[in-house]
Amino acid sequence: MSMDRNTDIHFILNGEPTECTCPPDMRVIDLLREEMGLTGTKEGCGTGECGACTILVDGEPRLSCLMVAAQLHGRRIETVEGIEHSAEGRTLVDAFVEHGAVQCGFCTPAMEMTALALLRSRKPMDREAIRKVLSGNLCRCTGYVKIVDAVERAAKDASP
Amino acid sequence: MRSVFIPDSIEEALSIRHAYPQSLWMAGGTDVLVQLRRQKHLEDDRPLILLERVASLARIDVHEDNIRIGSCVSFGRIASDPLLTAEVPVLTQAAATVGGPALRNMATIGGNVCTASPAGDSLPALYVLDASVELVSASGARNLPISEFLSGPRKTALHPDELLTSIVIPRRKPPGNLQKYEKIGKRKALAIAVASMAAVLRVNPACDVVEEAHLAWGSVGPTVMRCPPAEEALIGRPLTEEALLSAAEFVPKWVHPIDDIRASAEYRRALGARLLLRLLDP
Repeated sequence: MSMDRNTDIHFILNGEPTECTCPPDMRVIDLLREEMGLTGTKEGCGTGECGACTILVDGEPRLSCLMVAAQLHGRRIETVEGIEHSAEGRTLVDAFVEHGAVQCGFCTPAMEMTALALLRSRKPMDREAIRKVLSGNLCRCTGYVKIVDAVERAAKDASP
Repeated sequence: MRSVFIPDSIEEALSIRHAYPQSLWMAGGTDVLVQLRRQKHLEDDRPLILLERVASLARIDVHEDNIRIGSCVSFGRIASDPLLTAEVPVLTQAAATVGGPALRNMATIGGNVCTASPAGDSLPALYVLDASVELVSASGARNLPISEFLSGPRKTALHPDELLTSIVIPRRKPPGNLQKYEKIGKRKALAIAVASMAAVLRVNPACDVVEEAHLAWGSVGPTVMRCPPAEEALIGRPLTEEALLSAAEFVPKWVHPIDDIRASAEYRRALGARLLLRLLDP
């Protein structure tokens, strides 16, 4: 497959079949924010060192600042805008609110997307394991305690 | 704007490369996209050839004599692969230190090798495992030891018409029973190594005597650094603090670190030596 100029890229975005026409080398973070108006996903460092732009691609956390649009073709993409589509997502959002796990909020969408993949994995998670899973998401405000509290709570609520 | 090609096979990838000699290979993109952004020139429209959908590059194949890891296997997969964890834990430990979890879902072993950074996390592990790389072009395939492939900082022996298809790790029989990868960074996740060390030792379980020792260091020289006298100093001796301290004495003279924003050369020399003592940690 080759893509040049403006290419039609087809993918599933937050459950909806989506088609967009854009340069194939456009960064996914720019496609989401500038072209599609989905500004929940944030750009921090732009070099893969902060995790603020984390989205789920076929269910796996990936960094949207280090992906080009062509990579989305045929994939299933989830951003924070779709987080409340699932019971796990709603549980997570409620837990973040309940525990006050948000300070400035810049890292929150990516924290929640990373945690969403964790909740779905149904792996047993203690605090140490949660900290490892979140280790690629920097928060410069909270010191992480409340974020880990929230994810721990959501993991308990989500497990049967 | 650059064109993007998404081949399904090695043959297709090589023919695109032949048609566009200026193109860039992209495996996980975590290095190449950062570099392109840094050296942003408007006139740079070199096409990207994405390798992520070439199924044969994403496989781990276990053979009688070796393990072949496809160049596009991610560090996340390597870190959690049960067979690799059992047989080459030095590599799975190294894989688990790359960036953060989301980055490890993208970054690949082949990309790490081709970037050839002095701080490349997998490289010291590949040295102590005597790994080699498989390079394929339209005219055939060749195999090079990792130490010959990496010719300098960010330099490799890859020819313009070649693709790195797999990393080949010989299966030692018996495998080294003490394997360790140690990385020192400013923090535990999302950090570039200040210094790292990979070790594969064969320690006689009956008398604790070292029978084989393979050591390599990262981030303390233009490429991966070895120290044969330190390896020799361990052989035939029980693995004690005393033996490790005498081996460690050789390390500062054999590594060639530089001062940079992460640490001074002097600190890196001392650190490289002290990392050996971590072989005593449980």
